[in-house]
Amino acid sequence: MRKLTTPFIALSAAMLLAAPWIINAAPYESTMGLVQKVFYFHFPSAILFLVSSVICGIHSFRFLFLKRQSADAWALSAAELGLLFGALTLVTGPLWARKAWGVWWVWDPRLTSSLLLFLIFAAYLMLRQYGGPGSDRLAAGMALFGMLNVPFIYVSVNVWRTLHPMTSVVPTLPTDMGIPLWFCFTAFTMLFIALLTLRATLEHQRARVEALYLAEDEG
Amino acid sequence: MKRVMRVMRVMRVWILLATLLGAPTVAVADQPQPPKEFVPVDEVPPGEQIPAINLVAAAYGFVWVAVLGYVWSIAKRLKQVETELADLETRRK
Amino acid sequence: MGAFFRVAWHVMRKDMTVEIRSREILFTTVLFAVSVVLIFSFAIVREGRAPDDVAAGILWVAISFAGTLAMGRTFERERYNDTLRALILAPADRPAIYMGKLLGLLLLMALVEIILLPLVGLLFSAPIFAYPIMLSMLLAAGTLGFAAVGTLFAAMLVRVRSRDTLLPVLLYPITIPVMIAGVRGTAALFQAAPDEPMARFWIGLLVFWDAIFVTLALWTFEPVMTE
Repeated sequence: MRKLTTPFIALSAAMLLAAPWIINAAPYESTMGLVQKVFYFHFPSAILFLVSSVICGIHSFRFLFLKRQSADAWALSAAELGLLFGALTLVTGPLWARKAWGVWWVWDPRLTSSLLLFLIFAAYLMLRQYGGPGSDRLAAGMALFGMLNVPFIYVSVNVWRTLHPMTSVVPTLPTDMGIPLWFCFTAFTMLFIALLTLRATLEHQRARVEALYLAEDEG
Repeated sequence: MKRVMRVMRVMRVWILLATLLGAPTVAVADQPQPPKEFVPVDEVPPGEQIPAINLVAAAYGFVWVAVLGYVWSIAKRLKQVETELADLETRRK
Repeated sequence: MGAFFRVAWHVMRKDMTVEIRSREILFTTVLFAVSVVLIFSFAIVREGRAPDDVAAGILWVAISFAGTLAMGRTFERERYNDTLRALILAPADRPAIYMGKLLGLLLLMALVEIILLPLVGLLFSAPIFAYPIMLSMLLAAGTLGFAAVGTLFAAMLVRVRSRDTLLPVLLYPITIPVMIAGVRGTAALFQAAPDEPMARFWIGLLVFWDAIFVTLALWTFEPVMTE
């Protein structure tokens, strides 16, 4: 995975550079007009937000139950990325909603549980930062509970009638809108993978530094 | 470690390009005939219409700033750790 | 299986014995819960009357605040007397210790709610005796979900520096869905035209979540508490 980091970053940067033109070429949506174009960044961010939660949960499980030390770095990286993409989703969403729905925010199940998931990531990172020794174990336990939120978020719009567009909208998009969407989605995904790998590398390097300090103290 | 340094250098080049080319592009992107709802700013009746372009620009702008900010933060921390690592390695020898 | 519940029972009995002697946590928690109800009442009262439909929300806010305090204090007591290590070292199934702690907390919160419910009914003219069984089920299921996660987190944080502020920060995002279900269900029962199917739906959802939370907490208690 590490070998792909450079080309991924380069490619995603190039694609994101080209994105404004491609998004611009997409047709306007009939009822929402220009502001609907936020969708092309909002949707990939939201999906990657949920994906990072699942990744964090899986690696927390591996760290806690399977005792894999290396999994901890991946869990932490996924949590940070979850915070980033969650912020992207929770900012682009309301900016779109202000024009499309007339309000910045509604307390419907999907928005509420997305906000809660974002807070869970924040709490996770806070625990790791201020929890002192052993907090990696504790945070991993917490992340497992947080991951339970994810299927709820995804399903909520289909179960409850809400203002938020349903999940069935995406597969039925016309090609004109489908292309910019999947273009942006690919760019974001590559960026996500590259950032995740880089952040985990940083964490591994830090662990090596700490180990070396420890060896120095003892030697 | 050399590979990581190369990655960082490539990233810096792309980030610079992205910032130089991306920002003005998003702001100046050509638009085809606007639909009936989109009204240019100087014709908006006061307090009635929210210019959608502001919201779209704010959304895209935030995404760019947040992503680039995070990339920069990782790059900074990575560089710090790398120097510390190199320092420790030379000290060990 | 028998050993599991026996250990849990012993842990719970130990906590109850200590508590009965001083009644410290019970009294202070009840008083705190009452204060919360009063503060929120004063905050939203207008022209001498509270708006309709706030009774459910205030009840559950008081439960969650008081519960957070109570769970922090029960484990604080262990830390203060350094008995937590003894508990962990005991040749007992760790999850059983968790279960004992959870049962103790549930009993404490039940006592708090027995006092809180009539108070809320009095202050807001809420029909607390209209659907006694469903209301009890709602309170029980909601409190269980909240306490299950809370006991685990409070135990996890007992040796962490900023545990007092970190406990709510960690606990609330995860238990807010439980709170929402509790409030919506209670509101459905308290409203002018009570909505029984709605309350039943929320009870069902709460039971579902309780099963998941308790199972996950039992699983996670062991690896997280090992040091």
